[in-house]
Amino acid sequence: MSRLPVRKTYKLFVGGEFPRSESGRTYEAEGQNVARASRKDVRDAVRAARGAFPKWAGMTAYNRGQVLYRVAEMMEARRSEFADLCSGPKEVERSIDRFVWYAGWADKLAQVIGSSNPVAGPYFNFTVPEPQGVAGILAPQEPALAGLVSRIAPALVGGNAVVVVASEPHPLAAVELAEALATADVPGGVVNFLTGLREELAPVLAAHMDVNALDVSGADGEVGELEKLAADNVKRVIRGAADDQSAWEISRFLELKTVWHPIGV
Amino acid sequence: MTELQRKQDRAPIPAGWEYASAPESRDIVTIRERYGHFIGGEWVEATETYATIDPSSEEPLAEVGQATDEEVQLAVGAAREAFENGWSSLVGAERAKYLFRIARILQERAREFAVLESLNGGKPIRESRDVDIPLAAAHFFYYAGWADKLEYAFPNRKPSPLGVAGQIIPWNFPLLMLAWKVAPALAAGNTVVLKPAETTPLSALLFCDVLRQAELPPGVVNIVTGDGRAGAALVKSDVDKVAFTGSTEVGKAIQRELAGSGKKLTLELGGKAANVIFDDAALDQAVEGIVNGIYFNQGHVCCAGSRLLVQESIYEATIDKLKRRLSTLRVGDPLDKNTDVGAINSAQQLEKIKELVATGEEEGAEIYQPPCRLPEKGYWFVPTVFTNVAQSYRIAQEEIFGPVLSVLTFRTPDEAVEKANNTPYGLSAGVWTEKGSRILAMAQRLRAGVIWANTYNRFDPTSPFGGYKESGFGREGGLHGLEPYLDFE
Repeated sequence: MSRLPVRKTYKLFVGGEFPRSESGRTYEAEGQNVARASRKDVRDAVRAARGAFPKWAGMTAYNRGQVLYRVAEMMEARRSEFADLCSGPKEVERSIDRFVWYAGWADKLAQVIGSSNPVAGPYFNFTVPEPQGVAGILAPQEPALAGLVSRIAPALVGGNAVVVVASEPHPLAAVELAEALATADVPGGVVNFLTGLREELAPVLAAHMDVNALDVSGADGEVGELEKLAADNVKRVIRGAADDQSAWEISRFLELKTVWHPIGV
Repeated sequence: MTELQRKQDRAPIPAGWEYASAPESRDIVTIRERYGHFIGGEWVEATETYATIDPSSEEPLAEVGQATDEEVQLAVGAAREAFENGWSSLVGAERAKYLFRIARILQERAREFAVLESLNGGKPIRESRDVDIPLAAAHFFYYAGWADKLEYAFPNRKPSPLGVAGQIIPWNFPLLMLAWKVAPALAAGNTVVLKPAETTPLSALLFCDVLRQAELPPGVVNIVTGDGRAGAALVKSDVDKVAFTGSTEVGKAIQRELAGSGKKLTLELGGKAANVIFDDAALDQAVEGIVNGIYFNQGHVCCAGSRLLVQESIYEATIDKLKRRLSTLRVGDPLDKNTDVGAINSAQQLEKIKELVATGEEEGAEIYQPPCRLPEKGYWFVPTVFTNVAQSYRIAQEEIFGPVLSVLTFRTPDEAVEKANNTPYGLSAGVWTEKGSRILAMAQRLRAGVIWANTYNRFDPTSPFGGYKESGFGREGGLHGLEPYLDFE
């Protein structure tokens, strides 16, 4: 008699834990019952991200780079699982390599994006990149894994905490990635994944007053209404590439801070 | 501090220190009776006009245009034509030379501009002469050199210009804000339609004469004047990019208006900066920094150090010194070279300041204003300090944009950081301490785009400026100030 497989319960990833939606709702996607997050879940996720942000942003760049490299290590161990949840092994390899690529940027950003500024006076003046804070990300609906990685990795390497609305038709890759993240030394709350109906979740995230940036790179079609909501607290609205890698994708999630100090004896 | 020093600090300033007035002559600048809009290199008669005034006397200086939608569209069309027919294909080295010319002409005509800026805006001639105009020229000089070096600024990115930039600037540093906007836009190869602030259009209109002398091709820079209606028309027009400096409220409205359009936007908005004084600060220097932080340009400064955070142990000494220093500030004629604090820019702004100051008193803060004679005509406000301020008071939360300081205290660095960051804004912050490691720790932890350590209100074309959070996004100045005006492959 063949063994009956043990199935997985597909839950949210908030604050480093795997809760069900507080609403108790699910929806069916990719043949599974997946948690259908509510407005309250969005707010809980933002709170978790805000709480985790100082620690993540305050890590040394070297340390943050190592944690992101560790994510790639954990993904590597799950290659076959990921392959079943996206277009196949090629997409998985691309996604893992992308995490490695971004991990290496952590301790180079300040040198490439920052500057020392020769002001006309007796002052030392320099500009350094800093994270924007909490970034709300609408993951591309496709590719399921590479799209998700392409948007969260550049946000994370700069020191942001993220709240991600996963692909609505293909949410399982996000749940799988959450399990890799949870074992990769990423502090709880730095990455939060919400599965559910985008129409319900995206406007709540876009309007949230404690979210600093809204990444609409993965939004379909009309984003005007979301951008309008984002203006309530002057969110940075990010329109990047759904499946690509670039240092400039990182800088979309960065602020620049300029510091002055007099020179004298 | 010795007892003798304490007594000296608390001694009243000797009464009757009179200064012989040292007015700058206004004859150096010629103001026309009436101005149109500057479109396609020519003056276009304005269909509607209003009077622009001298806020220190309330006397009209000139009639200027209130741009209609059609006039704005005409200007955008002229900018588009100039972009397509020459400017965008002009080699960078040639664009650079136009910008160098503009910088030089601004330097040559600096005195004219300084007088005009003080006349129309109310700011002390000392500031317009020593800060506004030299910095405006320096911005053109700095960005001139970038025009033929863009590929070095953005390696591997193949930069190209956007097209037409619509730019809307405020009334606090009229020519300097023009320079912050126009210089990087032109260096990057764009053409421009600029709308100066309603109350301070004259230096921008005089700038059109600089463009004539520089022989800048027609339509590369177009200037339309008027109030917010003209600005709204510019935002809605067929521009490729909008750059706005002004209030957070209007900034949000612009962001909403452009939502979904895909147009590029940079916003430089309001602030409520904390100026943090630790107990080991060089106190006399810190007090100068406090004064410069909030009374520079009548406090009409988005990055003004309007929330003073003083460590409790030096609170009394700081306030004593500050009050004493306040009593030496000379408020009055903007054209007098002795003047420290000039006229409030407009009747409307004066009302706003008065309203917020009244809430400070109602909510329970203690007000201090030095004895001060104000001119009878014009818009004036005495340099003001509020003590006993709670974080919840409106004067601790809202941008007053006037010479009004709110003083709060703290005990530990953590408390200072928490209070400093407890605002929706994040434009700038100051920190005063003689301890280097503390400066760097505070500079890291303060959530603001510009940190002045043991100094305040310094500006330079090479130094990126711009805010976090609701103070806006994008940077102006420096290499980073070019990016908002470029497209990349």
